[in-house]
Amino acid sequence: MTTRYFGAPVKRNEDRRLLTGQALFVDDVELPGLLHAALLRSQVAHARIKSIDVSAARQRPGVVAVYTAEDLGAYWQPGPLLVPPPPIAGIVFNQRCQVPLAKDKIRHVGEPVAIVIADSRYIAEDALADIVLDLEPLPVVVDLEKALKDNSARVHDDVRGNVAAHVRQTKGNYAQAAAKADHIIRRRFTYDHGASQPIETRGVVAKWDGRANQLTVWDTTQAPVFIRNGLAGMLGLSERQVRVIAPFVGGGFGPKIMMFYPEEVLVPWIAMQLDRPVKWIEDRLEHFFATSHERSQIHDAEIALTKDGRILGVRDVFLHDTGAYDPYGLTVPINSQCTLLGPYVIPHYDSTFTAVFTNLPIVTPYRGAGRQHGVFVIERLMDIAARELGIDRAEIRRLNLIPKDAFPYDNEIIYQDFAPLGYDSGDFEPILDKALAAIGYDEFVRGGQARLREQGRHVGIGVACYVEGTGIGPYEGAKVQVQANGKVSLATGIGTQGQGHFTSFAQIAADQLGVDVRNVDVVTGDTDQFYWGAGTFASRGAVVAGNAVNEASLVVRRKILKLASEHFECAEEDLEIANGEVSIVGVPGRSVRLGELAVKANPMRGAVKPGTEPGLEATAYFGPPGGTTAAGVHAMMIEVDPETLTLEILKYVVVHDCGTVINPLILAGQSHGGVAQGIGNAFYEHLMYDTQGQLLNASLADYLLPTALEVPRMILDHTVTPSPLNPLGIKGAGEAGAIPGGALFAQAIEDALGLAQKGVELREIPLSPNRLWELLNPDAAALGEASPS
Amino acid sequence: MSNERHTIVVTVNGQRYAREVESRLLLSDFIRHDLLLAGTHVGCEHGVCGACTVQLDGLPVRSCLMFAAQADGHEIRTVEALASPQDEFHPLQQAMHDAHGLQCGYCTPGILMTMTAFLDAHPSPSEPGVREALSGNLCRCTGYQHIVDAVLLAAERMRGAR
Repeated sequence: MTTRYFGAPVKRNEDRRLLTGQALFVDDVELPGLLHAALLRSQVAHARIKSIDVSAARQRPGVVAVYTAEDLGAYWQPGPLLVPPPPIAGIVFNQRCQVPLAKDKIRHVGEPVAIVIADSRYIAEDALADIVLDLEPLPVVVDLEKALKDNSARVHDDVRGNVAAHVRQTKGNYAQAAAKADHIIRRRFTYDHGASQPIETRGVVAKWDGRANQLTVWDTTQAPVFIRNGLAGMLGLSERQVRVIAPFVGGGFGPKIMMFYPEEVLVPWIAMQLDRPVKWIEDRLEHFFATSHERSQIHDAEIALTKDGRILGVRDVFLHDTGAYDPYGLTVPINSQCTLLGPYVIPHYDSTFTAVFTNLPIVTPYRGAGRQHGVFVIERLMDIAARELGIDRAEIRRLNLIPKDAFPYDNEIIYQDFAPLGYDSGDFEPILDKALAAIGYDEFVRGGQARLREQGRHVGIGVACYVEGTGIGPYEGAKVQVQANGKVSLATGIGTQGQGHFTSFAQIAADQLGVDVRNVDVVTGDTDQFYWGAGTFASRGAVVAGNAVNEASLVVRRKILKLASEHFECAEEDLEIANGEVSIVGVPGRSVRLGELAVKANPMRGAVKPGTEPGLEATAYFGPPGGTTAAGVHAMMIEVDPETLTLEILKYVVVHDCGTVINPLILAGQSHGGVAQGIGNAFYEHLMYDTQGQLLNASLADYLLPTALEVPRMILDHTVTPSPLNPLGIKGAGEAGAIPGGALFAQAIEDALGLAQKGVELREIPLSPNRLWELLNPDAAALGEASPS
Repeated sequence: MSNERHTIVVTVNGQRYAREVESRLLLSDFIRHDLLLAGTHVGCEHGVCGACTVQLDGLPVRSCLMFAAQADGHEIRTVEALASPQDEFHPLQQAMHDAHGLQCGYCTPGILMTMTAFLDAHPSPSEPGVREALSGNLCRCTGYQHIVDAVLLAAERMRGAR
């Protein structure tokens, strides 16, 4: 194959539709007779439902139907468990999945209680005000440590101590290692990850076609195939009767793969009940409560070291807030548990977590998916160790990096994909070197910082390392087909939310089939176009679906060559495919267009040889044996205003190894976007819940997404260690940018303000000017809390 | 609530529409669901994200913060009118494509309507100037860098074309 596109910064095929306003998003679906849904959501976090009276709502002109849990009859079922717990010995897991509409009891603010269907969204929302809901408030469970106490209120009446899960994983023997240590550090860390806030909220449109016996659902999901399968099961239909389309989706970042959201259960069923199409589009206020996000973990961690800074072992005990239900299993805390090990040799590890039910919205993966929490803990431990042992913070990291001859490296515990946590490949030291050089680390620590300080400037640097397990199984597939017009059609089952799949997959196919990349028409996220698949998550689209595209393209390539060799009556070796045609090498003028071959491959008359398959078409699947490990180092230089404690990022460096790169332009975009979300998580975004489970900042005016003024220009660099686990050598890159932000900010702020000398450690995320002031002025802050104001 | 109806006449992308609307109908909903110009997107419905930005008499406004009735007698331009009738990109659309200034593309129409107006008023913008102008539009995918690059590139090309 002559590579023309793979690895090149190819501009995106999907851009034209998006730039001209012609791309179809779910809310753009307009259908004759379309009805609109609005949901009544609980305004309290924990209550028993005494009664719901929807009679006035039903009377309102323009209202077509109102449903409560009661009205759903046998269709009312708790949602399926999306990810079962991994096979870890001694695991405790209490499965409590979300329900379509609250029945008897409400477990978080925003939990839906009733759904109104009306001629317009405006009328549907009017009718919500007609519903009389009588509640008996219950004590609210918010604090993770209090939730575990025997006398705590219970989110689920039958789950004592609100324990959703309890998991211990070990490697080696930490206690023995610690006994031999020269130095032990113990600290408590809290890490709060926020909400993904895609600019497009969620939405569902459903249409039942009674004549065709077919349900069509447009859904902002990252996993259309599983939505189809689940809906078919719930609705008593065959999978073939359900078509789920995830059209253009306006950002996902994880929460759009949660399933089943109540609206995904309700809207299709109601469309069938009423035999009318129904649309529900989440508004931004609803999004804060009705879409899953991430939240807090509290880690009590301990690291054992030799006096020269080598890690002997780590012990960590943490609490994880899973919210009111746990349909996504243990993915987030397992990621935290595994990713804490980072790029370092940690011979002994003892990690235990307890996932806790609270009266807060459901926690499911959001870009990074718990990895941030683990990275923060180990990176902060490294910083504290460097300080206490008098070792440079970059050097203590270098000292402990897994050496390049140690791969594949076995970390012995179980990862989120149920496979042992092994690092397939890597070479970490050059990544660190490049990052240090790009940020100007040596010059800065050897005088640069001091000189700036003499000028009255508070400038600091942060350097943080991470690994990311990406590209996990089970599998994805792709169907590649040469059309009669010579274009290539390519379909895969994953959904796409801006990752550039229409281009990167086209690049892979175009190289194999010798066509212009713009002539590869990619379809993603339509279950009628491709039947099988798992979805877009865990930085796996390019790795798993990308390799499936390559496999299918290879088969089509072979079919093309075989047919062309019969056509020309020559050997396949004498043929080349390029520019949309097959020609005989060295014989000018002897060529045949791919489209012509496609027509030949589907003869209308005559006999074919046994075993002949029609068309130039192939479907192939790829399932990796395990995840592939990407790695990176971020470095950041900031200046802090010591009065206001606001900061400016002077320089931001990303050095990343995600194996072979398909499209550096798209990869840069993924890195930039990830970093922006990391910055938001570290210093601007904070879901502020009060003790009653009320979110105090549920608007984009108060929950601060970084703007073009907060996100700096970034310097990107790469190293390439191809993955041995897939033929293309790809590792995932979608989430990495967002992962080390918290660790970076805490370190850089401490450095800028000289907090070590003041005895202040930053052991929590998010930080903010306000929070920094409180940490720097604990007495005044305590006074502020005590005063009635 | 009063659901009084109004007859309004608006010109959108050069075409005149006379419609009867409820008082409370948002301009964004009118454009998207009455006129079926779905290129204008709605992200927050409280004026923060900028996805719904359209040009009203040449100036960018958030269509989720206006009622359709308030647009009576005014001229509106949406993303659908940016490319030429021959489907030739506006220089900013071209630069967004060239510089990979969009990922999911949901915020893109609002950014185009904000920044084309900005470029008309500021033919030689600085990077800080572009960032300031862009700061009223939220993008969750790109980290803004490639959008800033695209705006600067478009400005350069537009200056060259003059």
